[in-house]
Amino acid sequence: MLESHAPTGPIDKSWDNHRFNLKLVNPANKRKYSVLVVGTGLAGASAAASLAELGYHVKAFCIHDSPRRAHSIAAQGGINAAKNYPNDGDSIWRLFYDTVKGGDYRAREANVYRLAQVSNHIIDQCVSQGVPFAREYSGYLANRSFGGAQVSRTFYARGQTGQQLLLGAYQAMMAQVQKGKVELLPRREMMDIVVVDGAARGIVTRNLVTGKMERFDGDAVVLATGGYGNAFFLSTNAKASNVTAAWRCHKRGAFFANPCYTQIHPTCIPVSGSHQSKLTLMSESLRNDGRVWVPKDPSDKRAASDIPDQDRDYYLERRYPSFGNLVPRDVASRAAKAVCDDGRGVGNSGLSVYLDFRDAIKRDSEDLIREKYGNLFHMYEKITGENPYKVPMRIFPAVHYTMGGLWVDYNLMSNLPGLFVLGEANFSDHGANRLGASALMQGLADGYFVAPYTIGGYLANTKLAPLDTTHPAFDDVNREVENQTQKLLNVDGKRTVDDFHRELGRLLWDNCGMARSQASLKKVLDEVPALRENFWRDVSVTGSEGELNQVLERAGRVADFLEFAEVMARDALTREESCGGHFREEHQTKEGEAKRNDDDFCHVAAWEFKGLGNTPTLHKEPLTFDNVPLTQRSYK
Amino acid sequence: MTNGLNLKLKIWRQKNQSSDGQLKDYHVKDISPDMSFLEMLDTLNEELESNGEEPVAFEHDCREGICGSCSMVVNGKPHGPERGTTVCQLHMRRFSDGDTLVIEPWRAKAFPIIKDLVVERSAFDRIIAAGGFITARTGSAPDGNAVQIPKEHAELAMDAAACIGCGACVAACKNASAMLFVAAKVSHLSLLPQGKVEARKRVLDMVKVMDQEGFGNCTNTQACEVECPKEIKIENIARLNREWIKASAAARDV
Ligand code: FES
Repeated sequence: MLESHAPTGPIDKSWDNHRFNLKLVNPANKRKYSVLVVGTGLAGASAAASLAELGYHVKAFCIHDSPRRAHSIAAQGGINAAKNYPNDGDSIWRLFYDTVKGGDYRAREANVYRLAQVSNHIIDQCVSQGVPFAREYSGYLANRSFGGAQVSRTFYARGQTGQQLLLGAYQAMMAQVQKGKVELLPRREMMDIVVVDGAARGIVTRNLVTGKMERFDGDAVVLATGGYGNAFFLSTNAKASNVTAAWRCHKRGAFFANPCYTQIHPTCIPVSGSHQSKLTLMSESLRNDGRVWVPKDPSDKRAASDIPDQDRDYYLERRYPSFGNLVPRDVASRAAKAVCDDGRGVGNSGLSVYLDFRDAIKRDSEDLIREKYGNLFHMYEKITGENPYKVPMRIFPAVHYTMGGLWVDYNLMSNLPGLFVLGEANFSDHGANRLGASALMQGLADGYFVAPYTIGGYLANTKLAPLDTTHPAFDDVNREVENQTQKLLNVDGKRTVDDFHRELGRLLWDNCGMARSQASLKKVLDEVPALRENFWRDVSVTGSEGELNQVLERAGRVADFLEFAEVMARDALTREESCGGHFREEHQTKEGEAKRNDDDFCHVAAWEFKGLGNTPTLHKEPLTFDNVPLTQRSYK
Repeated sequence: MTNGLNLKLKIWRQKNQSSDGQLKDYHVKDISPDMSFLEMLDTLNEELESNGEEPVAFEHDCREGICGSCSMVVNGKPHGPERGTTVCQLHMRRFSDGDTLVIEPWRAKAFPIIKDLVVERSAFDRIIAAGGFITARTGSAPDGNAVQIPKEHAELAMDAAACIGCGACVAACKNASAMLFVAAKVSHLSLLPQGKVEARKRVLDMVKVMDQEGFGNCTNTQACEVECPKEIKIENIARLNREWIKASAAARDV
């Protein structure tokens, strides 16, 4: 039985009441508890710092050479908060409402309300840490409207908001490292979780330099290891982003919720060839001034600047007159796919659309546009060799973020007691679609302001038997992990890891990407097991175990993506409706918009692992909407 | 479309920290000008892997010039020939058919080589831990707009805060000095009113650890500014020096 533990009663009081009801750990006892934090991006670093400040003993594990490299660093656009500094009608309630609606009514109301509530504290916290947010000439914080919001609630630090917020959290954590409250373990990859008497009690990591397996015990495990977007091979995620930690927890009993929800971001630089190793996002703040279009006529092959307005189809402005170019991400992405499917895509591949700044430059001057987006234009030019001040940018959607993740209750604890899941790694507060500038908000909300309380509540309430890493459960896990590593090295095949990864990615992108159908999803379920078998027969993993071995690292991650892909497709197949980032071709309105089925699918789908090759068991957490009435989303 | 490049590569190969390394020759063929430099290396590596040979280890993650992972010297220049560009954002259209590219790791005592092009940069983390932060216990912050910060100060702080901690400044410097890195953080934090309280202790502690880690002295050659992929300005070093002198004088007064 999935119990969300979300408080009942008036939603605006629920977090306060809940916090009051959580038992407290006696201050003198906190140092006796040890918490293992896996992943040191926004969510992990902020949690590690805050838990250490409270007095817990924290070990923080980081896959990179330094926590400052985590992929949170790449977020460009900004972070939302309900400050209402611009006095334009924002409020906690409105941020809550927009997030529930933007998520297409597939998030838990109480979580989203709490997120909106703590959003304001995040800004205060980050300002205090010295995050150099943009300012007005008055010296007050600047805001902009972002990602389809009709109020200006986004705080930003040029195009590097994620970087600055991450550095703030990283620095806060490093200060605790200096004090000996956080033990930092970089270049460690979590290989598996250790469960004792039904509770998460430790992890096994691989030291990426020596290759040694290492064991760590703790009273709670915090997973903040990001999303699974790299299942698609091509995505905007950093190369090391992977599903392994979450997947291993899933295989040991943690439910995986809504794996079919993937966010495809509309403004990315298109693929340039088969050598492409990853995709680059262009902040969607560009849609504030850029106009999206394609030629009206598929046979129109003129250069963009030679096509007069009457022959251009500004399709977002045409289809969505009130939101225009600022419709939410899922809507914008699908619309781009639709015009490309129509044969009206531009560029060599026909798989891109224009994002044109001609009118904005005419209106505001090139200088002003440069001031706003200079670094993005510069990056675009570096990658494509084209000057976007002169010719329109070309953009295409790409996998960017995953709303699904390990199932957690209101305390951010998975069904596996003692395993807390934060940030993108959990199934999160974004429902079926995340709004722009909300990922940073959620990662930091979880890490600074939610988990430090709820972990305390768990520890205060739970009697854990003392143990150390000589416990037989550690031996078992350690052995399994070593066996898998040996197995990979012993295949001695011919095909590269990336080659398998690319094939999986292509299969998922074509069949479980922006649009899915029963037939395409069945194809995935048919083909993934065969691909996986091939992988284990023919993959080439060079080098040895006891050294820095990047091929071995990637092979392990791809092996897990090859298992994970099945539950993603199965979830998409089972969810017979369209909602947010999940678009089932069978379920659309006459105008081609997503059609939800609230009668049958107003729930979180949480999957229980039943062994590889076996159908997982579906558990449903019903969602109720007492505060934001269920309606069809409309951005017309 | 066969405007692909054929290139000769000389790449530093080193098994581990304790073994000796050497430059090894490789050839890559038909490299698309649209490829990034790292995609060119991917191509080489996939070829090596299919032949059962060990690929070249190099560090990379975001491939968008923000995480600071990528780190290699190309023909004597950290991050390669293009100014203001990390090597992951360097594209092959910058090179010509027939070019020879010498690819080496960062070289500095404080950054030991782990394997091939991968070096250990945790010395930077230890410098940050020593003082590169503003203490603000979670929950204790006043309202974000409680303190006004002049826009120019915020902008200058942001200029310095843009450092990605890649270490190119150290690799570029003949003394392997980390002054630009330290200066960027000291400037970022000391330009903001929140950072004033701990300013003196911060600069003394960070500089002390910098020296302990084995970075060299700054002799003002300005090579770091030229090679910094984020174009962090040398004037930050002047600010660091001022902060340090102020703090040292104050420390003696007490
Ligand atoms: S790989 Fe991130 S900066 Fe180059």
